[in-house]
This record gives sequence, structure tokens and C-alpha cells, in this order.
Amino acid sequence: MINTQIAIVGGGPAGLVAALTAAELGAKVVLIEQDSALGGQLVKQTHMFFGSEKQYAGKRGVDIGLMLVDKVMKDENIEVLLDATAMGYYPDGVLGVNQLEKFIKIKPEKLVVATGASEKTIAFPNNDLPGVYGAGAVQTLMNVSGVKPGNKVLMVGAGNIGLIVSYQLMQAGVEVVAIVEGSPNIGGYLVHASKVRRMGVPILTSHTIVEALGETEVTGAVIAKMDENWNIIEGSETTYEVDTICLAVGLSPLTELVSQSGAKITYIGELSGYIPIHNEELETTVDNVYVAGDIAGVEEASSAMVEGKLAGAKAALDLGIKQETAKRIINEAHEELAQLRNGPVGERIREGIRKLGEVR
Amino acid sequence: MRIENHPILKWDKGKKVRFFFEGKELEGYETETIAAALHANGIRVLRESEELHRPRGLYCAIGNCSSCLMVVDGVPNVRVCVVKLKEGMQVQKQLGKGELPK
Amino acid sequence: MLERTGVPTPDHVKSATPSEQRLKQGGVAIIECFQEIPCNPCSKICPRDAILPMEDINEKPRIDFDKCNGCAICVSGCPGLAIFVVDGSYSEEEALVKLPWEFIPVPKKGDVVKTLNRAGEEIGKGRVVNVQDSKIFDRTRIIHLAVPHDQMMEVRSIDRRSING
Repeated sequence: MINTQIAIVGGGPAGLVAALTAAELGAKVVLIEQDSALGGQLVKQTHMFFGSEKQYAGKRGVDIGLMLVDKVMKDENIEVLLDATAMGYYPDGVLGVNQLEKFIKIKPEKLVVATGASEKTIAFPNNDLPGVYGAGAVQTLMNVSGVKPGNKVLMVGAGNIGLIVSYQLMQAGVEVVAIVEGSPNIGGYLVHASKVRRMGVPILTSHTIVEALGETEVTGAVIAKMDENWNIIEGSETTYEVDTICLAVGLSPLTELVSQSGAKITYIGELSGYIPIHNEELETTVDNVYVAGDIAGVEEASSAMVEGKLAGAKAALDLGIKQETAKRIINEAHEELAQLRNGPVGERIREGIRKLGEVR
Repeated sequence: MRIENHPILKWDKGKKVRFFFEGKELEGYETETIAAALHANGIRVLRESEELHRPRGLYCAIGNCSSCLMVVDGVPNVRVCVVKLKEGMQVQKQLGKGELPK
Repeated sequence: MLERTGVPTPDHVKSATPSEQRLKQGGVAIIECFQEIPCNPCSKICPRDAILPMEDINEKPRIDFDKCNGCAICVSGCPGLAIFVVDGSYSEEEALVKLPWEFIPVPKKGDVVKTLNRAGEEIGKGRVVNVQDSKIFDRTRIIHLAVPHDQMMEVRSIDRRSING
């Protein structure tokens, strides 16, 4: 049995910052990551991040990842377990972890779950063909392994992920024939859209994919226009010759561990689906269990890092460690989150948080 | 389908290793996943679905979706998108549910 | 319109453009960022404080054209790659456009390339006068393109296929 003060499940932006914050306050931390390396989605982000200097704006996501991982690996207060999957959190406060077929038991005083979110998919004929990939999968192949997912791609979804991955595909030498988006408007930052438009990639709003073509692999895609009620306009179908269809259609929070531990989960569309009910200090309905990052509502990496800071400080505060400093950090984190969320593009998140407040 | 040159990233691929797909000898790197190595060799069809025998490949590439399950060194249901390549690995398409080794 | 197409309209561009007189004086930054998003690196990175400080990081950037000398540090610092420097004083026949480039191939000094507008449409040719690739730009290369004067406010990209080698 490993006894520790704070266990953190998930070594992405939220988990890394939670670990560093708690460790800096003096807590003993065990950071558990199922992949063979820390960094989560940060390692795949070739673009410069937005936000303010407090969230390392202007620095490339991949470099922010390297910097945070380096700090964590050098921190004496943080023990890192890689290739380690948290299996369950039990009523006696024990976290079961599977590390390469070895079963480890950890008894933390506080548990922060920062497991992120996973790719959604959409239904259309032949959507199971090899060559239909999630946007995150395409990023992983390209940016982690240095392998092209294909040569000609249709991107479905013009949120930030669809726009950014389209750009990254072009950086990898892959042609993007078009981006289709079901809404009448582009959902992601318009500067991301402008970057791909001026490289000649069309963005077709009010369009959707109706079929993937191919026998053993994708060889084409059929798209169609939709009216204001999202109904397909007959006769508006166009066929593109592509070998890859990338679906950037949203993420679902990975709540299994929190749910299994008995925490109450609720559905809030604005926060991307089923999320653990939590308060402003990221406490769930289970004592000693906190959440941070996309698991608490899909947002941006910048807000994930700030939530990690909040949860790490709150967990330390609740342990009675350096309370004045911990409280100051929590206040700072709240201010940063407000800065990130208070503009027009933060409206959806604010609405989701408001609904969460009503459910609590 | 490897990326030869990239404007932002560089990869330290480590040691080259030899592995087998359906008996055919291929090359990959020890630092990459089996799925990435197959992809680099142009192989995207990884298995067949159980009832309709439909071709299947990756979807999430991060171990969440179960789309990429293959038989590796005789063991079925291996998530090749998260397991790293090793020298001499025998990788086969999984047909349906696969069979446990005896 | 921008929300549907991703392409800034002529009105948007006008709102970011200084006077004719200022354009003829020398290099100046054109900030083509027309949406309120939480982002402030441009206001922090300008060495001359020409990009005004933001009280709220969701504010759209504002620039003091008189303080700006067209150094293009903001061109590489903008996470959205939304800033361009134009120099209407370059020569009688040509203006200079400095644009950010994060693709391969990277053009070389002397290359003649096909130029694209904000919608990715080919509008002419440009001559690569310089390519900045120093460490402070962190892999966002700045390409200096000589273009016809009347295209200075239109050229915003290069057709990759027209780059040799």
C-alpha cells in the first residue's frame, strides 16, 4: 500500500499543474498516468497557445508540455507512475492501479481526477471504415509518431479542434480538401479559420457528411447542404475524393473513475455532456475527491491548467498545508478563469456553469 | 507514410526494429506504437468485425474506443494504438473476437 | 459574414488599416484580429508598446500606428498568426508584405512565388526579398514579399506548390 497525501489521476495539463501546485505547497503527491509519458494532449499541440502570460500564452503547446513535465520529473515531492491505469476508488479510500499487469494500492488523503475527455463520433453509412479517424487520433499519429494519417482529408467540424487539426495536417504535408460544419457559423476562433482559408481550404458551414465511400478503406466522402432546421437539402450532395475523414465533433468527459467512486454525475450540454457535479472549488459530491480539466467540462488547455492549479491548491488547503498561500492561489485561479471565460466566446461555458450551480 | 520534414517538430525515433504483419516482414521503430508502425507502412485495415466481417481500423488512437484490436504474438484484443513495437513482434488482423492462446 | 466564412471582409480590413499617408511612410503592423477572444500576447510582445495594453484580455487589439515601426516581432508572436506588416515605402513599383509562415517548404530569398489573398485565391506573384528564421521567432518564419503596390493589402499567403525546392 502506498500512502500519500494527494493522488492525481491524469498527467495532462490539469494533472501536471495540480501536481506542481500541491507539491510546491509542500504536499506529497503521486501522479498516475496511463500512457508511457506525461503531457496528455499538450504534446500534440504545435500551435501557440492563447490566454494570458499566466497560462504561457504565445508559447507552443508542445513546449508548455515539455516544460511542465520537466518540472514534475525534477520535483522531489511528486512520485510519477507511468503505464498506470487507475481501476477504481473504493469506499475505504483506496485507489487501485494497474501498472503493467501489476496491481498497486494507493491510499491518498485527497484524490484529484483529471482524466480529460474522449472523442465523440457521428453516425453515417460506412463511418466504421478504416480511414475514418477522430481528430485527436490524427494529431497523435502526426505529431507524436510522425506518421501521416492519409494523403487527402475531409475535416468534419469547424470548432477549434477541427480548424487547428486541419492546419496541422497541412504542416504535415497532407492535403485538406474541405472543412464541413453543421452549424451556420464557424464554432472555433475566427483567426484559426482565417489561417486555413488563406491556404485555400474551403469551410462549408451548414454542411454535413452523409456517407463515407470505400470497400476496405475510405476512398471518398459525400457531403450535403442543410437548411436552417438542419435537414439535408435534396440534390445538394457533393462527392470528394479523399482517403481520410477526420471527425472533430466534440469530446465527452471521461468520468468513469469519479462515477464509480459514487460521485453524482449530471448532464449539461454546454459542458459537453455528463460531468461530475462539482462546486467552484472543484470538489465533487464524494469527500476528498476533486476534479480538474476537461473531465469537469470540455474547455481549453489554458483553463485546464488553471483548474489544475485550483484543485491542487484546494486539496493542499484541505490537508491544512500552508493555508494562507493556498487560499491566495485559489483566488488567483478564480480570477484567471474569469478572465478566460468572461468574453463572448465564454458564453457557453458560463451558461453551463450556471446550470451546474442550479443542479448542485 | 512517414513525415520526412516538419516545420515545427522533430522526432527522435530511436532504434529501428523488424516486425511481422500477417507473416510479412516490415520495419518500424521501438519508440512508436504498433498502430503507428503499421500506418507508416501503409497498413490501415487492422481487423474484421465479428458478424458482418467489415474492415476496421483505428478511431481514437489513444486506447479508449476498442476499434484497433489485433492479435499480437498470439494474444488477441491488443490495443495496438497504445502498445509499443518490439523486435520480432508477430502482428495479425483479428477476425471477430479472436481466440485466447492455449 | 466572417463567422460564416472565416474571411475578414473589406470593412474589417479597413478598420485595421492606417491612413494612406502612414502606409506610405514605412512598415506598419496590420492586426487582422476581429473577434473578442481571451488572448493578449500581441500587447505584451511589442518592444515599442505600440500595441496598447489590455485591461480585459478579451479586448480586440488596438495599435498606435505612429509608435509602430514595422519590426514584425508581433507577426511571429500572435498565436492566431493574424498580424501582417506592410511597407508602402519599399519602392516606386513595389510594396513589401511581411507574413508569418509555418509550413514546408520554406521559400528562399530570390524565389518568385504565387501569392494568395485572404480567401486563398491566387492573385498574382511576389518576389521573396528576405526570410527571417531566427530563434526569437520560434519557428514562425517571417517572409518578406515584394508585391505590386495595389496588392499590398490583399496578399496574405503563398501557394506552397509554387515554391521551388
